[in-house]
Amino acid sequence: MQEAAEYQSVFVGAAREKLDDIMSRYPTKRAALLPALWIVQEERDWIPEGAMIEIAELLDITAAQVKGVATFYTMYHKHPVGENFIQVCTTSPCNVCGAENVVKALLKETGCGELGATSPDGKFTITEVECLGACGFATPIMVNDDFLDSVTMETVPEVVARYRDGKATG
Amino acid sequence: MGYPHKSDPKENVVLSEYFGDAGARTYDGWVERGGYKALKTALGMEPNAVTDIVKQSGLRGRGGAGFPTGLKWSFMPKEKTRAHYLCCNADESEPGTFKDREIMRWTPHALIEGCAIGQYAIGAEVCYIYIRGEFTEPIKVMQAALDAAYANGVLGDNAMGSGKKLDMYIHRGAGAYICGEETALMNSIEGRRGNPRIKPPFPAAAGLFGMPTTINNVETLAAVPHIINRGAEWYSGLSLASEKSSGTKLLSVCGNVRKPGNYEVTMGFPLKELIYDLCGGMPEGRTLKAVIPGGSSVPILTREEAEGCILDYEGCVAAGTMLGSGGVIVFDDSVDMVYQIMRLAKFYAHESCAQCTQCREGTAWTVRILERILAGKGTQDDIDLLLDLADQMTGKTICVLSDSCAVPVVSGITKFRDEFDAYISGAREPVLTHG
Repeated sequence: MQEAAEYQSVFVGAAREKLDDIMSRYPTKRAALLPALWIVQEERDWIPEGAMIEIAELLDITAAQVKGVATFYTMYHKHPVGENFIQVCTTSPCNVCGAENVVKALLKETGCGELGATSPDGKFTITEVECLGACGFATPIMVNDDFLDSVTMETVPEVVARYRDGKATG
Repeated sequence: MGYPHKSDPKENVVLSEYFGDAGARTYDGWVERGGYKALKTALGMEPNAVTDIVKQSGLRGRGGAGFPTGLKWSFMPKEKTRAHYLCCNADESEPGTFKDREIMRWTPHALIEGCAIGQYAIGAEVCYIYIRGEFTEPIKVMQAALDAAYANGVLGDNAMGSGKKLDMYIHRGAGAYICGEETALMNSIEGRRGNPRIKPPFPAAAGLFGMPTTINNVETLAAVPHIINRGAEWYSGLSLASEKSSGTKLLSVCGNVRKPGNYEVTMGFPLKELIYDLCGGMPEGRTLKAVIPGGSSVPILTREEAEGCILDYEGCVAAGTMLGSGGVIVFDDSVDMVYQIMRLAKFYAHESCAQCTQCREGTAWTVRILERILAGKGTQDDIDLLLDLADQMTGKTICVLSDSCAVPVVSGITKFRDEFDAYISGAREPVLTHG
């Protein structure tokens, strides 16, 4: 209950207008669910339960239905993550090109230590990810919304340094 | 991005002609390069005549199944009492495949034009382009192109002055391989978990929002404007081997080759030439061990099989595999096949939507048994268990994700048995400590 009392609505002003525009593209309100979850994540960096309740009310579905969808898709953060969220592809095509060494180098360089954990300075969280669809440019990684290709264990320190002082672009 | 490579004379660049040419991304640039002529032509024809041209061209679905595109369009009901939908499947996530990404990044208007022609042919006022959530750059490029298409009257209430309404929207995925399965994709657009639906009903009867729907892959739709411009006969004549496979195919080559990347060749091109000539062969001092020619869901080929494989739908079947999405994964002699098969199985275990027991349990246990073997704790019984499990996972579930996990396991055990045996007998040092 405490969380509900402190919860600040996401869908006000521009965010609400954006959602209304998106809802006009579909014959059902529910179809705006994935886009609504994206708006929350853009605004809050993760998806708190309060936002799921808010979305449920706006789309005329239950909060359980929203949670069921939010937990199905891996890109929605159900808990806070580091300032920079790094995803590394380690599936076979990248794996044979050294993706696991990239993961090891990233875990060491950021101080995260293990996959899924956030570094002590709160700057980084690293996960392995399904194929990123850039297998010819191994190893591709995503840092927040930035797509970086051809990352090697040797270039990891430079990449981490670039993002350590806030969210860099490109 | 080290792109594009200079195209090789052996390639047949149709879809990839403007890859790397930033000028082609803008509306004006696209029109200068002959863009939107095909849509104009199509809008002046009867919708059925457009479908007929696509039928005659022999174009088949480039997402993996190879179903004839014109035939798929013709399944849509002719009555217009209900809304019809077109979905463009841009959820490219099949390991080894990265062609749709480049089509969207470099030639977004080619895809918009193809979608618009498809919409007109099947009577769909609305098209949703479902792009995987990780494709942040293609989404930006596509959105800018859509905005420009609307601003220039290509899309909207009176598309190109035809009086026809054509709307097109991007729907961003959020990290789920299974949403590339067409019925899961529709559930995802509807705001549901990406669980595949039982067929029938097929999408043309009851698809998105319960309405008649067609789902086509990016590469399929991007080929349509070329077919309208240059004719069905031209396209059906693009064939080096089987008459049943026509046109060009983008092949994404990755893994252990000197020059990975996208290569566009005429259907029927030899896999051997692709790997050794276009891609420059293996890295220094290495030899070819195995190839997965159509994305991770198709059977693995040995070196001998790969060197004799013809890249079209029929040629791949003759070689014991499938053309699939055209994602060519190359393994050299340094690759541990048992480990890589485990990694592929792990991918499917992670991506199972968990609806069907055979898939949910089967993919997870396949990984555990493979890890046990890699940890040096496997027995010969484990090999039989893996094969039995694979059999239970094949042809018994709502979609083919479960089958896809079984495919590399069965072909891997059958063709690289000695590598499994080496871990089991202790001849090879374990590479995992758990298992």
